Amino acid sequence: MSLQKLTDFSTYKLSILDEQGKVDEKLLPKLSNTQLVELYSHLINLHVFDEKALKLQRQGRIGTYGSCAGQEACTVGTAYAMEKQDWTFPAFREHGVFMTRGVPMVNVFQYWGGDERGSKVESDMNCFPVAIPVGSQPLHAVGCALAMRYLKKDAVAIGYFGDGATSEGDTLEAMNFAGVFQAPVVLVCQNNQFAISEPRSLQTRAETIAQKAIAFGFEGIQVDGNDVLAVYQAMKQALEKARAGKGPTLLELYTYRMGDHTTADDSTRYRNKEELETWRKRDPIVRFKTYLTAIGVLTPALEEKIMNEAVSKVERAVQAYETMPAPSPSDMFDYMYAQLTPELAEQKKNFLAHLSRVNNASSSKSGEGPGFP
Amino acid sequence: MKANMVQALNNALALELESNPKLVLLGEDVGVDGGVFRVTEGLQSKYGKDRVIDTPLAESAIIGTSIGMAAYGLHPVPEIQFSGFIYPGFDQLISHASRIRFRSRGRFSCPMTIRSPYGGGIKAPEHHSESTEALYIHTPGLKVVIPSNPTDAKGLLTSALREPDPVMFLEPLRVYRAFREEVPDEQYTIPLGRANVFQSGSDITIISWGAMFRQCVDAVKEIQEEEKLSIELIDLRSLSPIDWPAVHSSVQKTGRCVVVQEAPLTLGLASEIMARILEKNFLHLKAPVERVTGFDTIMPLFKLENYYLPSAERIKSSIRKVMQF
Repeated sequence: MSLQKLTDFSTYKLSILDEQGKVDEKLLPKLSNTQLVELYSHLINLHVFDEKALKLQRQGRIGTYGSCAGQEACTVGTAYAMEKQDWTFPAFREHGVFMTRGVPMVNVFQYWGGDERGSKVESDMNCFPVAIPVGSQPLHAVGCALAMRYLKKDAVAIGYFGDGATSEGDTLEAMNFAGVFQAPVVLVCQNNQFAISEPRSLQTRAETIAQKAIAFGFEGIQVDGNDVLAVYQAMKQALEKARAGKGPTLLELYTYRMGDHTTADDSTRYRNKEELETWRKRDPIVRFKTYLTAIGVLTPALEEKIMNEAVSKVERAVQAYETMPAPSPSDMFDYMYAQLTPELAEQKKNFLAHLSRVNNASSSKSGEGPGFP
Repeated sequence: MKANMVQALNNALALELESNPKLVLLGEDVGVDGGVFRVTEGLQSKYGKDRVIDTPLAESAIIGTSIGMAAYGLHPVPEIQFSGFIYPGFDQLISHASRIRFRSRGRFSCPMTIRSPYGGGIKAPEHHSESTEALYIHTPGLKVVIPSNPTDAKGLLTSALREPDPVMFLEPLRVYRAFREEVPDEQYTIPLGRANVFQSGSDITIISWGAMFRQCVDAVKEIQEEEKLSIELIDLRSLSPIDWPAVHSSVQKTGRCVVVQEAPLTLGLASEIMARILEKNFLHLKAPVERVTGFDTIMPLFKLENYYLPSAERIKSSIRKVMQF
């Protein structure tokens, strides 16, 4: 009889830029000044977009919306490290991934405004639509990665999810498949400490989420999710590793959801102000700005220019969203299958005929617009 | 070639693997073992481990990763070993596979064929014998196919493997090795959405699919030996979309109908068929439409399964009841 030690594991956390805006020079990613400014602009765009979206929701101009305040570096930093041919599989708080990868902002407004056309991205935009069921989409990323390898493409798939999703079987199955098949995938967990009201401690007894990768036979690393340079660097390395055929990586981006879960939530019911204030001091944009200012890359004039551009970009997107003609009711039928089935063709025909009768009847009454039948 | 349904399906997969390099098979035991029913026998050794993939034991992941593969341009063929084990993967089917095209307004799609054996009659353990096609028919965005014989199985599967949308391809366990017939050697397709009028008749229409269709063939043969009846026998084959014109034109001709399904009574496909027949053919009907179905009970273990499954006797009773109305 004996008791032997079989394994010995460690988990690491990467941070490069601290809360005061100081960096660890040795760990700095290779980014030119132009790239640093571009990265900063993406953060500002997202921030301005997010504030605008919250306002539009309050005014009833879009539907329920999930703010990404406090988490801007997670999506912008990871997306900025990707190549065009990589595919992203987001959950529902990854607005920054869409926009940083070049999906027009108006699409994101459209999606949250209840219009599926927002998810119809251009054919060269490899951004899968929002997935609402928690933790269901990392599997799609793993499958996509396996297809990429099978077709010998120089591409990586990226699956996003949150801390709550790590309790879902599907997320763990995704990690298992990723490990077993050494899939060229990066699994990105935005650990924002909350699954609606439930704190991270209710999701797992494990000290970190990053260490879960160990059980599936690949590398997991915790990253300061409010440090855009660390997020970028960790993502860059994970992507390079995947591209080189060296398998998957789990990134746990340690961050904090500054806003409510969505506009339908009230987070004052389950968390205190002190915690919020602690995290406010860790704001990802403020610290990056401090750093860029200190190294002379960002001047007050440039900062103002970036902000003004972001504001007008958002305003243009809102205008485009609000002046867009409504989707046609026939869209409901037309995108069910590649070809309309005879059954659906009949349902569509009957419904459109009904609509046209109702609309004709109501327009013959004075001044009444078409309503829902 | 002379083939049973297992061999016909195997042949369909082999021919399509040969002609479409984007076709991949995945599931539990589909590789080295050739599938527990041998439907994928010999395919891994011929087409390689990257095309016929033995996966970890996780139904949700088998379907979920297939969605990602399909989105990237492959045509995955996930096998769920028994349809009774599909529920962990049900979320992926209902929440994603069926919705990707709609959700992205056609930018992304999910061409895949989910193969799974289903149904009773082979004395299997619990969860191995249910007939749950209604769940998939009720899910917009999926197509549902059930063959009843080897020849149809090969042609329908070949069509499914070329579909641009997700297809649930349910294989009746009871028919797998029940009989052999001459199946064409070459590759051929039978279009989805077309019923097979197996036998024409003018007195009454019998509609069924899968293993129950074989039961209907037996019942009709028996009853026609006993009495003079002209029976039209329809094998639906494709349950979503359904060949409604075939149903309606037959019922308009005969004015009488019996629908036979293995699944429980309430809200099965037979219920929908009855409703449509009423909607479209009210004035043609000479008698109320009858259903012969399983019961709204749990599918029992095999000491009782033959009581649960519609028998030739029950089918014959219903035919007589409708004829005597």
